[in-house]
Amino acid sequence: MSASTRRAIAAQARVELLLTIRRGESLVVSLAIPVGILVFFTKVDVTQTSLKDPVQFLVPGTLALAVMSTAMVSLGIATGYERRYGVLKRLGSTPLSRGGLLAAKTISVLALEVLQAAVLLGVGAALGWHAMGSIAAAVGLLLVGTVAFAGVGLFLAGLLRAEANLAAANGLFLLLLFLGGMAYPLARLPGFLETVARGLPAAALSDTVRQALSAGSVSVGALITLGAWAVGAPLLAARTFRWEE
Amino acid sequence: MPSATPAIEVADLEKRYGDVRAVDGLALTVDAGEVFGLLGPNGAGKTTTVETLEGYRRPDRGRVRVLGLDPIRDGRQLRPQIGVMLQEGGLYPGVRPLEALRLFAAYYEHPAEPEALLERVGLASARGTYVRRLSGGQQQRLSLALALVGRPSLVFLDEPTAGMDPRARATTWELIRRLSDDGVTVLLTTHAMDEAEQLCHRVAIINAGRLVACGTPEELTLQAASDETRFSAPPGLDCTSLATAVGLGDGLVIEERPGAYLVRVDATPQLVATLAIWLRDHDVRIGELRTGRRTLEEVFLNLTSEDGR
Repeated sequence: MSASTRRAIAAQARVELLLTIRRGESLVVSLAIPVGILVFFTKVDVTQTSLKDPVQFLVPGTLALAVMSTAMVSLGIATGYERRYGVLKRLGSTPLSRGGLLAAKTISVLALEVLQAAVLLGVGAALGWHAMGSIAAAVGLLLVGTVAFAGVGLFLAGLLRAEANLAAANGLFLLLLFLGGMAYPLARLPGFLETVARGLPAAALSDTVRQALSAGSVSVGALITLGAWAVGAPLLAARTFRWEE
Repeated sequence: MPSATPAIEVADLEKRYGDVRAVDGLALTVDAGEVFGLLGPNGAGKTTTVETLEGYRRPDRGRVRVLGLDPIRDGRQLRPQIGVMLQEGGLYPGVRPLEALRLFAAYYEHPAEPEALLERVGLASARGTYVRRLSGGQQQRLSLALALVGRPSLVFLDEPTAGMDPRARATTWELIRRLSDDGVTVLLTTHAMDEAEQLCHRVAIINAGRLVACGTPEELTLQAASDETRFSAPPGLDCTSLATAVGLGDGLVIEERPGAYLVRVDATPQLVATLAIWLRDHDVRIGELRTGRRTLEEVFLNLTSEDGR
């Protein structure tokens, strides 16, 4: 990669991050909701999950939730509006390539995820969470999850009008939060819902991250589901993405 | 100012949207350093043509070369050399003008200095205002600055002064003239005929996707020279009396609009003298007397009328 390409990507990533920080509501979704869920469900056993150690369950779950909020909701909504405002079209006639734009968005998403993870792990530690298992495996899984959710978010952003995309991304976020095994175990769901949930990327990510962080072995089924979403969703997004609304 | 390679070459360009031929066999050449105006009614195919040259649209037929390159196949080589101002949009609402310019400057090898450029387009005082709070004309000027920040050798300006107040328009015209002085080629579209006459070395008029006229504004207005003399004066003059005085039949002098008179005959010195005498005798003060050639606007309206003449 040439120095000028790197300079362009760095400048683009900086502005992407700046815009994310300026959108207060997206910071609420990506920070306040995961942290709120972590604290609330650790302290209050509303779902009567009778977990021995709720914080050990909730830290991996909210890490997965944080990835979902940033890679799917925040990235997707922002990209949808960039399409609406003609920004994506305008960038198409600059020397910044589509690959460069994608790289910049990736850097911005990862930076935000690092911030989220730091906050969640700090709060989790304060609540008594202690690391077990493989941190490296968990990081790897969260990265695969990022690719999967970014694929879903960009698929919607490249297809729907900006307002419809906003509603869809937020609605999907809520749905996957309920079906994601993030705040309470999937086993609490009725049988058919649990089956559906196991096919979705949210549960696959939270389950595998939890397994990786609990010294247990990672479920192959969940790993395959996660991997399939991480390949399928970006491919679908790439095929269907329209750069102009 | 012809040079070896034209800045833009379009031959037999066709672009369809479904059954509609937005551009239908268009051919034109823009020389390096020229300010070239693309005129035409709404839906004539101006934006489609410009966006094909910018690499956004793939031609259905024909050949397009921009700075000697194929805009789609050679886009990577072409994009650093061109500047683009879209007809609308293209700005992040949540950034400030200076931030936007600095971002775009980072895309190019040898960019212009963002602060100085902001000054040149008259946005220095709005440098810290979020784009979403800028007026339409200010957003236009920022789009223009973003088109120029990479020091392009060719700029595409799609209706650059739409929505600008007269002062901003004058600033923009001055900027475009200076670009041209620096050897930059400018392709602009406009609905403002005065803009085309003031700025463009040559203009092309397109209608329904076809080229209907191309040349310097002088050529177009001279070609369309007609046996017509027009003058403006207070409304309600006695046209029959005037027609008789200048030796014409009834109906050859008419009041087209209140205060706008048309004498359907060539403006010979004799006619002008007789007309002047009649005006003196009737104590009529005229606002404007125009003979021989029509304005670009008249040429435009004539060439782009419904029946296409």
